[in-house]
Amino acid sequence: MIGFLLRRLTIAVLVAITVSIIGFSLLRLSGDLASVLAGENATPDDIARVAAQYGLDRPLLTQYFDWLGGALTGDLGRSLFTSEPVSQLIMERIGVTVTLAVLALALGLLVALPLGVLAAVKANTWVDRAALVFSVAGQATPNFWLALIFILIFSVQLRWLPVSGSDTPAHFILPVVTLALSIMPSIMRLTRAGMMDVLSSDYIRTARAKGLSTTSVLFKHALRNAILPVVSLAAVQFGFLLGGSVIVESIFALNGVGYLAFQSITRVDFPVVQSILVFLACAYILLTLISDVINAQLDPRVRLS
Amino acid sequence: MSGAPVLEVEGLSVDIDVPAGKLHAVSDVSFCVRPGETLCLVGESGCGKTMTSLALMRLLPPRATLTARRMSFEGRDLARLSERDMARLRGDRLGMIFQDPMTSLNPVYRIGDQMEEVWLRHRGGARAAARKRAEFLLERVGIINPRQRLDQYPHQLSGGLRQRMMIAMMLMCEPALLIADEPTTALDVTVQVQILSLLRDLQQEFRMGLILITHNLGVVARMADEVAVMYAGRIVEQGTGREVFAAPTHPYTRGLLDCIPKHGQSAARGPLGSIPGIVPSLVGEMSGCSFRNRCALAHEACRRGEVALAQAGADHAYRCVLPPGQARGQAPAFAGGAA
Repeated sequence: MIGFLLRRLTIAVLVAITVSIIGFSLLRLSGDLASVLAGENATPDDIARVAAQYGLDRPLLTQYFDWLGGALTGDLGRSLFTSEPVSQLIMERIGVTVTLAVLALALGLLVALPLGVLAAVKANTWVDRAALVFSVAGQATPNFWLALIFILIFSVQLRWLPVSGSDTPAHFILPVVTLALSIMPSIMRLTRAGMMDVLSSDYIRTARAKGLSTTSVLFKHALRNAILPVVSLAAVQFGFLLGGSVIVESIFALNGVGYLAFQSITRVDFPVVQSILVFLACAYILLTLISDVINAQLDPRVRLS
Repeated sequence: MSGAPVLEVEGLSVDIDVPAGKLHAVSDVSFCVRPGETLCLVGESGCGKTMTSLALMRLLPPRATLTARRMSFEGRDLARLSERDMARLRGDRLGMIFQDPMTSLNPVYRIGDQMEEVWLRHRGGARAAARKRAEFLLERVGIINPRQRLDQYPHQLSGGLRQRMMIAMMLMCEPALLIADEPTTALDVTVQVQILSLLRDLQQEFRMGLILITHNLGVVARMADEVAVMYAGRIVEQGTGREVFAAPTHPYTRGLLDCIPKHGQSAARGPLGSIPGIVPSLVGEMSGCSFRNRCALAHEACRRGEVALAQAGADHAYRCVLPPGQARGQAPAFAGGAA
């Protein structure tokens, strides 16, 4: 297990460094940052001054190692726009984003897992078909549209829930439901497929030949095997929720990391963009690592081989 | 014979809904099993022997329907028990082991856990007691270091070991009847013999009825007290092992016996037998003998009506229109597919 963890950690670090290099290069390739920062009517002198001020006139490699050195010591630089430290900007907002992501994932799993199991057990009945319709509809509905419809119904018409902001728990209900709905279909379909596969396996027949109760057959013997791919998917979905909730955060004016990324990109605040990029990459890597560990815990064949 | 049968099956049929209609996987099968005795169900793939065993366990696939006049097991009719009551019998009074020990154990749970849960489900009580029982049985099926094995996962064990564990697992509650569906087919030849003699010993020790499903007549000769030869979902010959092997009467049974290579058989003494043709489709209604398109002795009478089981000896029946002497045939049994 320790060897397994060390191997995965080494790979994780390498991936994080690669992502930071690619992210850094892409940002510089997107245009001359100094001329964008200096504004439309800037003279070449102005541009040169801005470049010198932010160190953009130095060789790319020097700039990268400068940034990397800072990042490793916890200094991610300052926002070009507000002059606040980038780490502070992210830390202020990460709570909202993580809360949103955790709640949405929890709700998504809570609904999609049982639904997937049910669809598999009742395969090819109306229950299964209804679940299929639900998941196809869910997959085909863009979440920004769903968010607007929810606001229209629950906030504007019924006046049950606030439209936007992140002050009270009630503010989180609509965004969480919106995001949960967007991850449910794939989790449900994968659970169903996994269960269908496992339910026709020999060891399930054995479990039934042992006279075990339906609950034990389904949830002890089948689900633990069927859930292995779902764990990996859920990790990716969680990463998506951390970084990909930009639209939902914007619509509900939730001040999270996604919204910060969106703002920073539009105003070319490249230190912030670069840091969010690496932060999200690290989050993805960490999640993959966690899902590998969970899978190893669930499946002795992974752990002991 | 040793006492009242533990299982008496009368008129068991299994139909499966397929797109083309109804597939008669098992038709009107009757047999009984006594405590401490072995019934061998023999036949080619698809002859209905596995469906018969799954029907006894009531573990048929969803599209299959079971009908039986009677499936009396320890005073209860298996065909009419509720699923709840049936689940209480499985693993307790009725056990079943399967062909492939590599896939029949759950890969994510320890052997000990998978064995203990049988006891806990049917007998309840403390896990420690269940563990003791599991340890005792592992030792009984010839596993060294049982305590250590209980903590291992299936993928850490060989096929032979796993099959021993399957057997031990099904013996947790000392069933009155054990069904073994091709228990040695997936194993090495040397291991096959060990598993068979283990089953034989355990059966004597626990006075269990054993239904052994196999396509291997060598296994039948070694194990069977009673034999039922199945073809196309029907029993075509049935009797004590001794009588069936001494005087195989149905042309199909003789064909199967001809397919066994004999020691010292050389090309000069004739080629190894085979049965020409293929098993007929079991979809839809059929009349006459289902073996007639592969039988050298087939004639007009084989097309008509239902062929009934006829007596060939005291404890020996066969399903052929010809009298025993003619069915056994003086002429070469398989010149080619006639009729």
